[in-house]
Amino acid sequence: MLTNAEQSAEPIKYKSEVKGLSFYYDAFNALKNINMVLHDKKITALIGPSGCGKSTFLRCFNRMHDLYPGNRYEGQIMLYPDDVNILSPDVDPIEVRMRISMVFQKPNPFPKSIYENVAYGLRVRGVKQRAILDERVETALRNAALWDEVKDRLHELAFNLSGGQQQRLCIARALATDPEILLFDEPTSALDPIATASIEELIADLKSKVTILIVTHNMQQAARVSDYTAYMYLGELIEFDVTDTIFIKPKNKQTEDYITGRFG
Amino acid sequence: MAAQSHKKNNHPGKLGFSFRRRLHERVIESLLFMAALLSVAIMLAIITMLVKESYVFFQHVSLWEFLTDTQWTPLFDDAHYGIMPLVAGTVVSSMVALLVALPLGTIIAIYLSEFAPFAVREIAKPFLEMLGGVPTVVYGYFALLFVTPLLQIIFPELPGFSLLSAGLVMGIMIIPYVSSMTEDAMRAVPMHLREGSYAMGATRFQTAIRVVMPAAFSGIAAAYILGISRAVGETMVVAIAAGMQPNLTLNPMEPAATITAYIVQVSLGDLPHGSIGYQTIFAAGLTLLLITLVFNIIGHMLRKRYREIY
Repeated sequence: MLTNAEQSAEPIKYKSEVKGLSFYYDAFNALKNINMVLHDKKITALIGPSGCGKSTFLRCFNRMHDLYPGNRYEGQIMLYPDDVNILSPDVDPIEVRMRISMVFQKPNPFPKSIYENVAYGLRVRGVKQRAILDERVETALRNAALWDEVKDRLHELAFNLSGGQQQRLCIARALATDPEILLFDEPTSALDPIATASIEELIADLKSKVTILIVTHNMQQAARVSDYTAYMYLGELIEFDVTDTIFIKPKNKQTEDYITGRFG
Repeated sequence: MAAQSHKKNNHPGKLGFSFRRRLHERVIESLLFMAALLSVAIMLAIITMLVKESYVFFQHVSLWEFLTDTQWTPLFDDAHYGIMPLVAGTVVSSMVALLVALPLGTIIAIYLSEFAPFAVREIAKPFLEMLGGVPTVVYGYFALLFVTPLLQIIFPELPGFSLLSAGLVMGIMIIPYVSSMTEDAMRAVPMHLREGSYAMGATRFQTAIRVVMPAAFSGIAAAYILGISRAVGETMVVAIAAGMQPNLTLNPMEPAATITAYIVQVSLGDLPHGSIGYQTIFAAGLTLLLITLVFNIIGHMLRKRYREIY
């Protein structure tokens, strides 16, 4: 359904545009008419109190909700430059996930070697040539700032890595398939401050290669890494703007209360 | 501890140890301990009995003869005591059973755990488990009176008793054990691992084979080992449908006796206590115990080596 449009002639401004998105878990309306954009090769942060729907929103982008019965989307998430609504029933969620990767809250390496973890996305796409796999695995691990630490033990079980290394491995796994958008669902909430700093640094570096959408509980993190920030509350998008504006002079009183810690 | 606190404070009041509660705990603990001890004691008693009686048997028959003689005719005038015909019968019938039960059981488990909608699983699982509740003697007659005639349509030369027929039915009987335990192991794999795989663009099948099954490996190994033990130890089906003639063959199309079938056959007869024929059942039983013990040890080692790590 989706064609791989790696080389579009003119640069696009928006990688994705969300138009009137609502989402339902059975009868529960978890997202209400959300409209926003993802700027190409920028980092957009989603903040808001627990249960506000930010993870639900994130998981719409790779159609994760399709895995469970009773979930329903309304509205559109347009992907550019294809100009395709990825929520359309005609779009294969597997195709979407091939181009929009995700890193989870808790590091979730597979019960495989470090090498096979990174090669996983390529293997499920049918890539078999050793030379290609070797090269892509190395590149992904380098981009995830993990290569130097693991290059001598690529064939050891991934569980032997520390939590921070496991999370960088998951980032490498997501990068290996050259995704266009990378989704992060609170990627540092299970990590210690040092590992958190290294992941944040890594996310900032990845901006040159890929559009990033990150859910975070930590407002300092949003302020540190993101270019744009969206504040959500009870399934609604309250305010979306350049990160500096949101943190220095938010237009909405609710946003200001949350940012200044009076609420949340 | 109690003594100490009493020294510091002569009036612990309401915070002191309640004698009744402590006695109560002690009684419960001992009851639980006795229950645990009982199973160990019974196991030891069985082993002692088998070893003791087998020892008498091996006074008459050398271990070498037991292992190398190609005939098992302990009740004939020309008595031979070679266990191999019975071992062969056991191995062949078990192989046939496992060729049915392991692949089918695994496929069913993959379907139920990864593909089936909730409603289907809730209906299919109890039905499947009912297969395991059918008495084995019923399976035996099912093999003899239904499966064998059916097989004879395909293989006209198949005799009325055969390892093939018994093995196939035994396999069907074991499916629920394998599928149920395999499915439990697969369902215990946390959702976030599956989501990680789906998020990489994997299909359901790829996720099941490449992520869920390796993650559930130790549980699946345990299910397989249980299936093997069931097949090796199964008695009724083979006694009824495989014939009771010891027959040194690896051909499933022939009738043959397994170790278990021999034991049940001889135990039902009127052999005098202490006779060599009587002792043979203990030697055969010990052999069976050793075979299943080997599989249990392998299973234990696999479980330790590939512990579930999520």
